[in-house]
Amino acid sequence: MIAANLPILQVIAPLLSAPLCVLLRRPGAAWAFALAVTWASFAIALTLLSQVLESGPISYEIGGWAAPFGIEYRVDMISAFVLVIVSAIGSAIMLFARHSVASEIRRERIYLFYAMYLLCLSGLLGIAITGDTFNLFVFLEISSLSSYVLISLGQDKRALTAAFRYLVMGAIGATFYIIGVGLMYMMTGTLNIADLAVRLPAVASTTTILAALAFLTVGISLKLALFPLHAWLPGAYAYAPSMVTAFMAATATKVAVYILIRILFTIFGGVDVMAGMHVGVILTGLAVIAMFAASTTAIFQPNLKRMLAYSSVAQIGYIILGISFASETGLAGGIIHLFNHAVTKSALFMVMGCVVLRVGSVNIRAFDGLGARMPLTMAAFVIAGLSLIGIPLTVGFISKWYLILAALEKGWWPIAVVVVLSSLLAVIYVWRVVEAAYFRPAAADAPEISEAPASMLIALWLMTGASVYFGVDATRTLDVALGAAKLLLVDRI
Amino acid sequence: MAVTALTMAHLRNLFGVVMLSGVFSLQAAALYVALDAVDVAFTEAAVGAGISTLLMLSALAITSSMEKSRKGVSKGPLALAVLTGVLLIYATFDMPVYGDPNAPIHQHVALHYIKNSGQEIGIPNIVTSVLASYRGYDTLGEVTVIFTAAAGVLAVIGRNRRSRGKDKKNGEKSMKFKSVLRVTSKLLIPPILLFALYVQFHGDYGPGGGFQAGVIFASAMILYALIFGVGNARQAIPAWVTRSGIALGVLLYAGVGIASMLMGGSFLNYSVLASEPTLGQLIGINLIELGVGVTVASAMVTIYYNFAAKAPEEWTPEEEEESEGDL
Repeated sequence: MIAANLPILQVIAPLLSAPLCVLLRRPGAAWAFALAVTWASFAIALTLLSQVLESGPISYEIGGWAAPFGIEYRVDMISAFVLVIVSAIGSAIMLFARHSVASEIRRERIYLFYAMYLLCLSGLLGIAITGDTFNLFVFLEISSLSSYVLISLGQDKRALTAAFRYLVMGAIGATFYIIGVGLMYMMTGTLNIADLAVRLPAVASTTTILAALAFLTVGISLKLALFPLHAWLPGAYAYAPSMVTAFMAATATKVAVYILIRILFTIFGGVDVMAGMHVGVILTGLAVIAMFAASTTAIFQPNLKRMLAYSSVAQIGYIILGISFASETGLAGGIIHLFNHAVTKSALFMVMGCVVLRVGSVNIRAFDGLGARMPLTMAAFVIAGLSLIGIPLTVGFISKWYLILAALEKGWWPIAVVVVLSSLLAVIYVWRVVEAAYFRPAAADAPEISEAPASMLIALWLMTGASVYFGVDATRTLDVALGAAKLLLVDRI
Repeated sequence: MAVTALTMAHLRNLFGVVMLSGVFSLQAAALYVALDAVDVAFTEAAVGAGISTLLMLSALAITSSMEKSRKGVSKGPLALAVLTGVLLIYATFDMPVYGDPNAPIHQHVALHYIKNSGQEIGIPNIVTSVLASYRGYDTLGEVTVIFTAAAGVLAVIGRNRRSRGKDKKNGEKSMKFKSVLRVTSKLLIPPILLFALYVQFHGDYGPGGGFQAGVIFASAMILYALIFGVGNARQAIPAWVTRSGIALGVLLYAGVGIASMLMGGSFLNYSVLASEPTLGQLIGINLIELGVGVTVASAMVTIYYNFAAKAPEEWTPEEEEESEGDL
């Protein structure tokens, strides 16, 4: 029974645990319960991925109704890959969460915090696994609503404004998405993604479908913080509780990218949107600007969480760049960077969480001399920072290598140069922190601090280790990314 | 509707804006009736005109009822709004004519529902069949959204033990002594509750179901709380009941899904719940509608309680409450 129902258990396990957390009410129990559920859902995601690799896409009919009449869960290589990314980060973060949350969230609200976290996780998993555009919207709402709450629980009062800003932008994004879905439904009579892919080409040149494409692309671009629609992101990431930032930076925008990939390559797969409707060129342009503008802004941020947030906007630029090539190599580069950036950025934000716990600030000044005082934490920062830049033997290198290959394949060598140049900007902002931590003495009145608690360090080093391990031996992740790109572009199923 | 919307954008008195938004929702509900979408109209009337107006009013009670004046119209947002409008109009150029029987939406999935739902599910209201069974999983998602909203309100502005004693004071300050209001509301509340139950359990025949019933039930509770004070309302239905309610409704809904998995079907496949598939569908739909009703009603009341608890005279700095563990 369990084996046949794995696709639905992937989502409803965390979803059901949220109300159970509300009934549990004890902070410790809620944490332990959430930890068990997230690891179970990671195990399910790995099982699903191996099943997909072995025997192709899995379809699950919810309610026993065949698609397109009922809602279908559909796991193929790319959705399984995204499921693994989200649940892996989600379970590692839960290890990290215990001390971090206990110190940042008021005790009587901790059970609600974990309930919100589980909802957010199940929303993101639900988006990645569904084969239905309206069901996707419902889970988009679950994940968005819970993430607004999670962000607003930050200690800083500005977290409320940041969350509100994200709420307004996110609501516009979701509304645009649902308008797009409505318009597509009007012209095809279906909400199922696979069914839409079959029926859209016949009506693709109507103004209604063109408007639908515009609404969908802009709406999702808001969600994934594509330049210039990224204004909500830096504030939200800077003021959210540490574990929320680490989780959201690694998963929420990635899942939004996944939606964009689905729209452009599956739903509109039979229509030439990338070249014929110039979506590709527009995305390339925006991606390049994002890489430069956001990296440059990052250099000047005194608040390091905000700095890393701007860096995320730049990294999203790399992912979109890969997608915009619409070639197998480019798409694979974008898809693999989903994973690579997720592990790297969650490690970096976990470092911020450790520093917040011990020092109480993420201002660049607080990092003076931290290399000696929190050696393990700062060593992780250096390694993850190298990965962010894209030094060989880290995951960041693999992604950028593929992006450059894809650019050269198309003969767009200036783009390849741009990828290298923008990486140099990352060197600057990572170096600022390294310089402060290792080459500047601690302030004379700095309090005695100890290293972060073991559970936080384990989670941190899991992510740091992953960003080296999959950089040295990238065959597994590359196989999946290349397979997914081929599936999206060539086989089109 | 256009006039109402423009007036709302222009008006500086937020109390007026809230009232007009209620009017707007009623007009929308009338429009949906004209479009033969009675279920949607029902929900719009109950949620848009009813509950959300009430919640906005209680939010106004916390803040001021006048918008901070700002000179001029900001050009950026206006341009974006116009652009969106233009794009929407552009989208209508190739749209099928309204009511065209050959339009894609009437030819594909919907046709299947109309032809087969009687046989496959066996209840007369096709809308309920689609919402509760064919696309029942979406409805579970929607209920989870409601749950998220209510739990989110608890997490962000939730109150705890210390402020509980202040309810009495609040109760005395309410309109307890306005006898006209008291008598009218006493007359109104029982029929409203009864109507909520009717809507709840009649959803398979006529328009309605858990969402509408939950909202109607909650509006009766909120009416009571408005007239007799939140303190008295909390004595009738304590906060822990509504807080557990929001969780239990979702659990009941998903529990039906789990049960159908245990009995060998896929998640939310009600047909396996009984010997006859249609009987199973009937049992399943009624149970999940009950789950929806419980969560929606509890969520609305929870949200209202928490807004009401934040009324200005009760405002306490958050630090004071810090030490209280509410276990």
